[in-house]
Amino acid sequence: MAANSSGGGSSDRQRTARQRLSVIAGHLQRPADGDVAVLAAECKAQEADVSGEEKTVPRRRQEIMKWNGWGYSDSRFLFNKKGQAEFTGKRYRLSGMIIPGLKDWFESTFGASLQHKTPATPILNSSAVPPPTLNEALVEELKSTSIPFSHDAEDRVFRAHGHCLHEIFALREGKLGRVPDMVVWPNCHNDVVKIVELACKHNVCLIPYGGGTSVSSALECPREETRSIVSLDTSQMNRILWIDEKNLTAHVEAGIVGQDLERLLNESGYCTGHEPDSMEFSSLGGWVATRASGMKKNIYGNIEDLVVHVKMVTPRGVIEKSCQGPRMSTGPDIHHFIMGSEGTLGVVTEVTMKIRPMPEYQKYGSVVFPNFEQGVACLREVAKQRCAPASIRLMDNEQFKFGHALKPQVSSIFTSFLDGLKKFYITKFKGFDPNHLCVATLLFEGDRERVLQHEKQVYDIAAKFGGLAAGEDNGQRGYMLTFVIAYLRDLGMDYYVIGESFETSVPWDRVLDICRNVKARIVRECKDKGVQFPPLSTCRVTQTYDAGACVYFYFAFNYRGLSDPVHVYEQVEHAAREEILANGGSLSHHHGVGKLRKEWMRETVSDVGIGMLKSVKDYVDPNNIFGNRNLL
Amino acid sequence: MHSAEATRDSMLKKRDDLEDILEDRRRSSDLRYALRCYTPALYRGLTPCGAQQLKGLVLQSDQLRYVVQQVCKETGAPSEEVQAEAVAILEEMAHRLQLGTIRFFAFVLSKIFKTLFRNISVNEEGIQRLQQAILDHPVVLLPSHRSYMDFLLMSYILYTYDLALPVIAAGMDFMGMKLVGEMLRMSGAFFIRRSFGGDRLYWAVFSQYVQTMLRIGFAPVEFFLEGTRSRTSKSLTPKLGLLNIVMDPFLKGEVFDISLVPVSISYERILEESLYARELLGVPKPKESTSGLFKARKVLSEDYGSIHVYFGQPVSVRSLAEGRVNRGQFNLIPRHIPRRPGDDVHGFVKDSAYRLVRAQEENMVLKPWVLIASLLLQNQNQDQDRDPGVPLEQLTQQAVWLRDLSRQCGAFLHWPDHASPAEVVSSSLSLHRGLVRVSEGRVRLALQQGQSSSRRTADELLDRAVVLLSCASYRNQLMHVFVRLALLASAVHNASSSKKNDVFSSFSFLRNMFSNEFILCPGATVQDFEEACYLLVKTGVLLISQQEVLVTDAGRRTVAFLSGLLDPFLQGYQVVCRFLCEDAADALTEKRFVPAVRSFIIKHLLSGRLRHTEVLSSDLQKNALAALLRLGAVGRVRGCPTLQINRVLVNSLEDALGETRPPLCKTSRFLPGSSERWSLLQEGSSPRRRPPPLASDPEPAPCDP
Ligand SMILES: Cc1cc2nc3c(=O)[nH]c(=O)nc-3n(C[C@H](O)[C@H](O)[C@H](O)COP(=O)(O)OP(=O)(O)OC[C@H]3O[C@@H](n4cnc5c(N)ncnc54)[C@H](O)[C@@H]3O)c2cc1C
Repeated sequence: MAANSSGGGSSDRQRTARQRLSVIAGHLQRPADGDVAVLAAECKAQEADVSGEEKTVPRRRQEIMKWNGWGYSDSRFLFNKKGQAEFTGKRYRLSGMIIPGLKDWFESTFGASLQHKTPATPILNSSAVPPPTLNEALVEELKSTSIPFSHDAEDRVFRAHGHCLHEIFALREGKLGRVPDMVVWPNCHNDVVKIVELACKHNVCLIPYGGGTSVSSALECPREETRSIVSLDTSQMNRILWIDEKNLTAHVEAGIVGQDLERLLNESGYCTGHEPDSMEFSSLGGWVATRASGMKKNIYGNIEDLVVHVKMVTPRGVIEKSCQGPRMSTGPDIHHFIMGSEGTLGVVTEVTMKIRPMPEYQKYGSVVFPNFEQGVACLREVAKQRCAPASIRLMDNEQFKFGHALKPQVSSIFTSFLDGLKKFYITKFKGFDPNHLCVATLLFEGDRERVLQHEKQVYDIAAKFGGLAAGEDNGQRGYMLTFVIAYLRDLGMDYYVIGESFETSVPWDRVLDICRNVKARIVRECKDKGVQFPPLSTCRVTQTYDAGACVYFYFAFNYRGLSDPVHVYEQVEHAAREEILANGGSLSHHHGVGKLRKEWMRETVSDVGIGMLKSVKDYVDPNNIFGNRNLL
Repeated sequence: MHSAEATRDSMLKKRDDLEDILEDRRRSSDLRYALRCYTPALYRGLTPCGAQQLKGLVLQSDQLRYVVQQVCKETGAPSEEVQAEAVAILEEMAHRLQLGTIRFFAFVLSKIFKTLFRNISVNEEGIQRLQQAILDHPVVLLPSHRSYMDFLLMSYILYTYDLALPVIAAGMDFMGMKLVGEMLRMSGAFFIRRSFGGDRLYWAVFSQYVQTMLRIGFAPVEFFLEGTRSRTSKSLTPKLGLLNIVMDPFLKGEVFDISLVPVSISYERILEESLYARELLGVPKPKESTSGLFKARKVLSEDYGSIHVYFGQPVSVRSLAEGRVNRGQFNLIPRHIPRRPGDDVHGFVKDSAYRLVRAQEENMVLKPWVLIASLLLQNQNQDQDRDPGVPLEQLTQQAVWLRDLSRQCGAFLHWPDHASPAEVVSSSLSLHRGLVRVSEGRVRLALQQGQSSSRRTADELLDRAVVLLSCASYRNQLMHVFVRLALLASAVHNASSSKKNDVFSSFSFLRNMFSNEFILCPGATVQDFEEACYLLVKTGVLLISQQEVLVTDAGRRTVAFLSGLLDPFLQGYQVVCRFLCEDAADALTEKRFVPAVRSFIIKHLLSGRLRHTEVLSSDLQKNALAALLRLGAVGRVRGCPTLQINRVLVNSLEDALGETRPPLCKTSRFLPGSSERWSLLQEGSSPRRRPPPLASDPEPAPCDP
């Protein structure tokens, strides 16, 4: 961790940065156990050894990551012999802890039982992987470059999917669809230029691969593709090429994953502040390609606000702007053809991003509201007054309960929650109905004085909506959980429970309606589709804007008794998306369209809009070399 | 045909059993009942809120504030003034639902109901469904409307079953009766002006009032789709305004779903029976005043049989709208800005309204008397000076025949199975002794006998008409079961050939013509045709091959009965056409239409050239005019009250109708035809040829004297 690392060759700057961090650590430290404070970014798994050069993602992802689930191989939830939930490994704060409430919550919420297991296929059977269709001429020419490549079965399977439910479910069952025929690992921009040239020359299909965290079927190989498919893995293009302190920008290779980018910048006392929940594994290029959004966008902005300059290699050549001016009036912004192109036009290789000095002070917080309506009204007011903290998220009652179920056995930072939901609300929030109350988690950042001022302002507003401050720990835990929540889905899948999250953005006046209607739609569809148990259908408001908000839905159900659970799941998700659109929500706030949602693109952007996008594609990539068939 | 059969099977669905709620009342204390603990289950997210708080919510709603602002801008009036006006409208409109008043009514109505009715039967499964619906979604109750009694009865039943009490949209007419009006207000009625055309403020207050109640789940909202009491016992063409308003919160995503619950209230004897007949005949209706109501005390001394209240399957607005309405259309304009509904929404609301009225119709309980009245009317032959009547035994036989036919066609018939048919018929006759006489073993309608039609006076005619229209109102209860079949039977009669195509086009002409008269769902011509074909084939009446539609020998009786059902309507529409062509003054206004056509008809009835006294019904006349307006045979000009009559078109419509039955001027030819029809009803009688079509008649008799 940056705070206690003793990196060699420390410059003055690094020294100050370290100082500052230890100050922060002091504030956050719990006197009882002297644990080191946790920055949001540090809630992610910790590197065993942190040196500036060490990178998270090896070429062979299988060395550290699961092939059929989320994240690191050593980190997972399980129910131990005593039937208690436990999180393995050493990387996370939660690692090695017992979570006593999870079993009851799990069994009562889903009607699941620890007796009914659905274990995953333990190992990847390479012989089940279809042999690659190689383009020999391309392979020959690649050999003459020094660019590493592979057609090893594992390498290929790893790059054949993102993290949609159906993708992971199939892998757990040992089912493999079309996988890329080959993987290449360019080391730099010029390598990418070469690969794209060769791909054009030999007419093979290229699919850029960043962190593999896509949740839109964007990485899936199109079934109809007959050419050889080459997965272009950007993970080895992961250097910060330069930092410009005068302009506060950094020029970075696009394959770098979020945690490395932040860690490396932190070493110089900076950060980008871009923290999508997937930042441990998702890459800069992936963010640009999907128009990603980070949790702290209120201070730092979304990816489109952060990007100053982008370089993308296309079949037509390299596209980039000629200068780094902060804003231009030069016709439609070409960055907007690149951002959100989802790997259909070319490979993003290098990006100049805004950076900020690391915040001096960070503070978590939480507010409990008597009901979701009040909570939304409060967020709306916060947005109106433009005083949103770095992050503000409002969870509904079901998620509030879920959060409680995830409380680990008494440990330092969780001490204020000794006795479960009831005691919590009885002692502190008299009059709040535990079946209606909901909680907002907050993260403030900046210099100390201002953070405290800001905090007061926000709590004052919250009070007007019946909100009561519910402590820092509650907030901090909320954010920490966002990094382990993806692991939980794998646990569910061990016991007949499948689920997923999806998101949208919606005008303020629609927020309550969309939340209610989509949740209800999910429940109704599950019932109609023969799901035997009531589903978990919950939501949270995760971002605020001047004119609306981003809403996240979580949906999971026990599929015992269903013959084709994934199909049912997909039907329900489809219906939920229809409901979102009917209620004035967008097709996506940040996950992108991929192939999962492209059937709605036309109604989303109009016929002319589709025509525009098509004509760009036709010009840039007439032979559909970037043939992942996302978006259009 | 698979899907069509599936819908038919659902049409013949089994209905729930009915329980008498008066039984308890006769056994235990009404007072205790009125004071008992009442704790209805409420809509899920309900925040308890009083009638006063509700008004606040309405006045603060974005929708209303927007309209107030607009009105200020346009009229230059200060906003306090417009706001005050909105408050005044709301005051005039709002209910003040109070449990105390409901308890009062629970007590009083228990007493009244027990004297008036033998029993009030309710399907308890429907009540259970309703209870669940109330928990899940905002609920709209849509009872059929045949009597003033309806809405008190509804509240009474909901109170009895411990269900949330509804708020009820009522017409302002009640407000003429101060005391009663206020009592009703306190029992949940809210009052809407009958017409408020372009008054945006009124509309905004009204729609917000209703929608706010739905959104917050204040209470089930109840209104009458038909808009007003049907005086004919036929369902009325649904009014769309309120339905539009209650569907809006769903279409705009403000609630997840709304349950519409059609309720069918069937009266064995309608309290207002002869009142309605008089009204239809233009004998001025007594003003709905408090004293008027109390004068109806004599009513209390009579036996009105039983009431059946059937709570239908709740209909989800969401499922109705699925694939019909693109809800995304509300995404681009703030939802509080009022907008005229688009064509798709309008069409959707209209179709839904028809479906709901059909659902009401299907669960209307029919009593044996309904069958008997239909048979007696067809047998009624006014041109003979003395009605010989039907032998009781024969009537019983016919009733049994019709009972079986009705059941096969899906009627919800309450025919007591434990009693012999003779007993069933006699007890029906005795309950309706005001309309029917039995003497010397023969049954005849209770008409003044003696004068032959030519020497009758207009007053005598109207007296007879009161009885006939009353009877017709019972026959009309059967119409929804048979109308599609009757249209087909007439079409088979009428079509230029037995080719299926010709029969279909004749069917669809008739169906179109009568779509203001009967509840025929828009756009369902083919479906209706297939349904009618299916049923008439199933009952052995028709043989239908790929190309041809043929009446079987055994089916002639049914065909005669069915086309006989339609006869009065055909004649009525024809006579209206004839009137418009021949007699209408050049400057006929819509207002003058009914009185003018009435005297035209009286003249023709007195001269014996019209068979069906029933065509005196102003309802029928207005429906005919509405049809002609819809078909463009009569036109309205903006700002001008005079009707524009397209005589060519009216004439040709009359001709087309005339091909279905002998036109009214052919008296001599008509009568044998009619008795032929009757003879076909007699079992075992040999079918006769139908009379030659009129066009080929060598010597047409002159129409006018
Ligand atoms: C648990 C979890 C949490 C998430 N949280 C967030 C969140 O908070 N905010 C958010 O925005 N998203 C989130 N996502 C979604 C996902 O992380 C983002 O879409 C992310 O931007 C994808 O980056 P990646 O590097 O993993 O790209 P990949 O998944 O590898 O690829 C995504 C798409 O981008 C293309 N692509 C990748 N790299 C490049 C490149 N260099 N040039 C051109 N095209 C490229 C690929 O072809 C593909 O079409 C989350 C996903 C998961 C599983």
